[in-house]
Amino acid sequence: MAHIELRGITKKFGATTALRKLDLQIGDGEFFVLLGQTGAGKTTTLRLIAGLEKPTEGQIFIDGVDVGTWGPAERDVALVLQQYSLYPRYTVRENLEFPLKAKIRRVEPDEMRDRVARAAKILRIEHLLDRKTERLSGGEMQRVSIGRAIVRKPRVFLMDEPLSALDAKLREALRTELKNLQMTLGATFLFVTHDQIEAMSMADKIGVLDRGRLVQTGTPNEIYNNPRNTFVARSVGSPPINLFEGRLQGGRAVIKPGTFELPLNGQAVPDEGRPIIFGVRPEDVSVEPGAAVEATVHDVENHGVEKILTLNAAQTIFRATVPATLKVEVDETVRCAWNPQKVILFDGSSGLSLRHAG
Amino acid sequence: MAAVQTSRQRLANRLAIAAVIVVTLIFLAPIYWIGSTAFKPRALATTVPPTVLFQPEITPFIKLFTKRVQLTRPVEEEVYEAAPWWERRIYDGGERVLRVGDSVQLSGYPDRFKNSLIVAVTSTLLAVSMGTLTAYGFSRFRVPGEQDWLFFILSTRMLPPVVVAIPMFLMYRAVGMTDTHIGLIILYTAFNLSFSVWLMKGFIDEIPKEYEEAALVDGYTRMQAFFKIVLPEATTGIAATAVFCFITAWNEYAFALMLTNRDAQTAPPFIPAQVGSGLTDWTAIAAGTFLFLLPVAIFTFLLRNHLLRGMSFGAIRK
Ligand SMILES: Nc1ncnc2c1ncn2[C@@H]1O[C@H](COP(=O)(O)OP(=O)(O)OP(=O)(O)O)[C@@H](O)[C@H]1O
Ligand SMILES: [Mg+2]
Repeated sequence: MAHIELRGITKKFGATTALRKLDLQIGDGEFFVLLGQTGAGKTTTLRLIAGLEKPTEGQIFIDGVDVGTWGPAERDVALVLQQYSLYPRYTVRENLEFPLKAKIRRVEPDEMRDRVARAAKILRIEHLLDRKTERLSGGEMQRVSIGRAIVRKPRVFLMDEPLSALDAKLREALRTELKNLQMTLGATFLFVTHDQIEAMSMADKIGVLDRGRLVQTGTPNEIYNNPRNTFVARSVGSPPINLFEGRLQGGRAVIKPGTFELPLNGQAVPDEGRPIIFGVRPEDVSVEPGAAVEATVHDVENHGVEKILTLNAAQTIFRATVPATLKVEVDETVRCAWNPQKVILFDGSSGLSLRHAG
Repeated sequence: MAAVQTSRQRLANRLAIAAVIVVTLIFLAPIYWIGSTAFKPRALATTVPPTVLFQPEITPFIKLFTKRVQLTRPVEEEVYEAAPWWERRIYDGGERVLRVGDSVQLSGYPDRFKNSLIVAVTSTLLAVSMGTLTAYGFSRFRVPGEQDWLFFILSTRMLPPVVVAIPMFLMYRAVGMTDTHIGLIILYTAFNLSFSVWLMKGFIDEIPKEYEEAALVDGYTRMQAFFKIVLPEATTGIAATAVFCFITAWNEYAFALMLTNRDAQTAPPFIPAQVGSGLTDWTAIAAGTFLFLLPVAIFTFLLRNHLLRGMSFGAIRK
């Protein structure tokens, strides 16, 4: 268990800058999820912490100690990758024993047997111990790689999209298992993913990475309800948040003058006519008779307890999540409104949330 | 396999098999020729057309291993009767085996064969191990001017080696390395190294570096990770490279002829030189060549499983 701190980390690969001035704190025992699209620099961050890459600038602290000059072996972190993480030719047991056989660890044979047995039990891979790794299914392989990490009792678990190669059902199951595991062990986890559902469901804290910059860190709740900018707002939530370009006029949101105007209930700042992007999540859009705006139904997706409507008001397309009991047909005209309390205002040019900008 | 084959398909199949057989026979013909000549009586070795059916005999091999001189007069009856069976074969051919005191004088062949083994095995070990380490370095680390270095290494193979024969000869004479094992070993190692580096780089590039990185993070040093993870994964490549290097070193003729004459002479320049006493004895030469083929055949046979995979140069995995 450990506390991790990245201070002013910049990493360049020749002409590409993978990370820019990254500051990051991960608390002891925290499940931290780094969320970012492909190429955002997630893997690079993990490799830097593991010591497989050296930062171009900046420092990395583990438990307050600058580990800049330490090699990967000395850092005592465990790394679980999306694939290729198991040693071929070895059996599952040999894979689990491998890290314990390292000279720097000097684990006694009895203790080794113990730890392997315990890890195998936790991960339910006891029956696989004597199998060669080539014969395992994807989910089993990933369990073994996680097992190889936990037998070591490392200071930090670094996980690079460990679930993304698995099918949806297995992913969901392992998600729960991982989260339970982290709570049982009380360990510090840094988990990277491009999957917002993983981030939202597992994280104590989320860090959102945008092309090498850390845009925001916060609890899943903060990230969801109070995003720092439109990028963060778009990275979580399914269906994604609706973003309307418009202006503030008389305390109202004006998206299309006359046809698409909505109240803000005092959220408005006194900047008359300022260009604003109004963000509202689909579940905060309501469809009911007599509401303020007229829209036509473009598409209806049925999701069991709820329906996702794609609406068109004054040539603006947006989505609304409504109860499945609501009867709507495609091309029908409906009236809709939003929950003014939940509308997030972003600056029209910078995309920064006005709440964060102050 | 389709259960129902049209007759056209069957015909095409048969034609393909026939073609394979013909090509294989063409490739095997010289080996058959050497093999059969090695067991022929001397008189049949040079008949035209070649004799196909004959009583195989072991005499060429006896000749290969012994020093002989031409008989000046017929051998006496009681000497012939007292001689062991193999010596009689030599008398039958109008020669006698040279003896000093009581001991039979062996020909140079066993020593030359041993020299070949020493030189080829050592230079193969050196070329493959150095090549593997170099290839690993090029494959895993950022080497400034990597492409240029690799090209430079390959460029040593771009001109026919014989071009440098004279300078090599003069250099070797100047440093006193002519007719030494170490001289040939260095030469063959240098010659095979470029090949070994290139081949091994291809194989090592195929091994995901994630394995070693996992080992590093698991607490191993780079060296330990290399021996525990990379080397076992590279065995196929190493086997293929070793066979190629061994064949090159084993069969090298021109430099061995030029740089060695006795103590360190390898088999290739020796075999054709053993003219026997009198005319060239093709059967003894064939016997020498036949035995000379065996180590490569055995080596290749032992590594055949690796080779089948290795020959595809990593294109087919598993
Ligand atoms: N060894 C390298 N050499 C050159 N560029 C690199 C190297 N490693 C990463 N990069 C670049 O750095 C940027 C960040 O890469 P990184 O692998 O960290 O992204 P990622 O967030 O893990 O993406 P993904 O979701 O696709 O795994 C990318 O533009 C990538 O091309
Ligand atoms: Mg990645």
